[in-house]
Amino acid sequence: MLAFLIKRTANAVFVMLAVALLAFVIFRFFGDPVEMMVNEQATQSDRAELRERLGLNDSFATQYGRFVVNAVQGDFGISYRNQQDVMVLIGERFPATFELVLVATVISLVVGIPLGVITAVHHKSRLANLLQLGSIIGVSLPSFVVGILLILAFSVSLGWLPAFGRGETVDIGWWSTGLLTPSGRAALVLPAISLSTFQITLVMRLVRAEMLETLRADYVKFARARGVPRGRINWVHALRNCLMPVITLTGMQIGNLIAFALVTETVFQWPGMGLLFIQAVTFVDIPVMAAYLLLVSFIFVALNTLVDVTYAWVDPRLRDDSVKAGGANG
Amino acid sequence: MTQTVLDVRNLRVEFPTRHGTLTAVDDISLTIERGEILGVVGESGAGKSMTGMAILGLLEPPGRIAAGEIHLSGDRIDTLTEPHMQRVRGRRIGAIFQDPLTSLNPLFRVGDQLVETIHLHTELGKSAARQRAMDLMREVGIPAVEERIDNYPHQFSGGMRQRIVIALALCAEPELIIADEPTTALDVSIQAQITALLKRLCRDRGTAVMLVTHDMGVIAETADRVAVMYAGRLAELGAVEDVVRRPQHPYTEGLMGSIPSLHSDEGELRMIPGSMPRLGSIPAGCAFNPRCAHAGPRCRREIPRTHGTGAACWLTLEGETA
Repeated sequence: MLAFLIKRTANAVFVMLAVALLAFVIFRFFGDPVEMMVNEQATQSDRAELRERLGLNDSFATQYGRFVVNAVQGDFGISYRNQQDVMVLIGERFPATFELVLVATVISLVVGIPLGVITAVHHKSRLANLLQLGSIIGVSLPSFVVGILLILAFSVSLGWLPAFGRGETVDIGWWSTGLLTPSGRAALVLPAISLSTFQITLVMRLVRAEMLETLRADYVKFARARGVPRGRINWVHALRNCLMPVITLTGMQIGNLIAFALVTETVFQWPGMGLLFIQAVTFVDIPVMAAYLLLVSFIFVALNTLVDVTYAWVDPRLRDDSVKAGGANG
Repeated sequence: MTQTVLDVRNLRVEFPTRHGTLTAVDDISLTIERGEILGVVGESGAGKSMTGMAILGLLEPPGRIAAGEIHLSGDRIDTLTEPHMQRVRGRRIGAIFQDPLTSLNPLFRVGDQLVETIHLHTELGKSAARQRAMDLMREVGIPAVEERIDNYPHQFSGGMRQRIVIALALCAEPELIIADEPTTALDVSIQAQITALLKRLCRDRGTAVMLVTHDMGVIAETADRVAVMYAGRLAELGAVEDVVRRPQHPYTEGLMGSIPSLHSDEGELRMIPGSMPRLGSIPAGCAFNPRCAHAGPRCRREIPRTHGTGAACWLTLEGETA
């Protein structure tokens, strides 16, 4: 298990270094940072001095090394636009995005897995066909359309839920959470549903496909021969054997959700990282963009590593330590 | 005094397909007494496994029982609804399947699968059920039970897993065990151990066994009576010694002739020319007639039937001429 962890971590570090290189290249070579930082009246010598001070005359490798060392310490420099520390900006916005993604993920699993099981078990029934049809719509509707429709229905027509913002938040240390106030929770509902629509259908279709496969397995038939009730076979014996790909998908999709929450965040004016990124793009705020790129990649890589470790937890066959107990002959 | 545990009468299993209805099991009648082992032998596709699945109520749709009756110790079970049948399976009929490597759920400890089955069919509490699980594992010959009960299936060898499958089948002391090719997937050296184990356990408990296999050797060693199936029909049914020594049906005769023997040196093995017809193209009359050296006009016209002991062959059916 330890060797496995070390190997996976080494892989992750390598990927992160490669991403850092990309982020650095963008940061350094897309436009001249000095040009963007100084004002119109600066003299040539001012610029040269700044260039020297920023270390832009050093070799490429030195600059890259410095960038990586700073990034590891959470130092991505100062935002061009509002002259704030980039990490502070992201730190303010990250909890909003994270809570949104977390709730959307929970919704997608809680709704998607049962729907998948039901459509697989009753795969010939009208209900299952209806759900399948619905899932095609769910997959093909872009999330901003879903968001706008939700706002139209629940905020504009019915007036039940807020259409934008995050409501009141409570600070726990540096983390600001909206989960503890009623208005914060109400504000979370529509964006989370909008963000999870696609996920629900994805999880449902995956679980359905896996279940159809698993239900044909010998151990399912043997469980029936042992007299295990149908429901228990479906929800315990078969479902557990389907969870592996669901874990993979969820792990990968959390990264995706964080990255692409920006559409939902824009629709609902959700003050998260996505919105920050959109603003950064508009103002060519390169330090913010670079930090966002690195952070999202880090989340992706971390989740992937976590998924691999979770595999070993769900499937006993992948645990290294199980080998020593086997090998007896019949 | 014998007690009939399983009584199958005129069972017919059909599969409706796009190209018409296939008859996988055609008018089979057989009985198994308490403590008796009935071997059911035949080639792949002869309908022997299908018969077992029909008795268990586990035919894969669209397969269905089209005609006939199945009685278990006097209770008709082929008409039971699924929830009722669930209480028969595992409790009154145990099952052993071909491949022990895939019969056990890979993600659950073997102990949990045993305890689950025991809980389903008995009133035993948690610790009593676990105790019983360990007793069963000991009984089927698994060493170091205290340790092994918390192992996962992949930590056992094939033979050990089949022992656990047997323990699972015995959890609720069923009246009947349907063993579908229980040794086919195992090493030859382990096959004999498993059949001996099965035989001993069932003799001790008086359990009736339907032993489905294509291995005549296993039948000869284990079974009391044997039913030979061909193309979904019963070719011959009788005591093992009779069928092995004096086969009456030409197909059984051919089957026996194709078994290599250690004691004689006949040179080449005899073969039956041709192959078993597919379900969609069973010839009129006796299904075996195109391959039979003795086939007469009646064999090509009318289906010979046997219900009870004897061969389904016009040559041997009393007073008939082929």
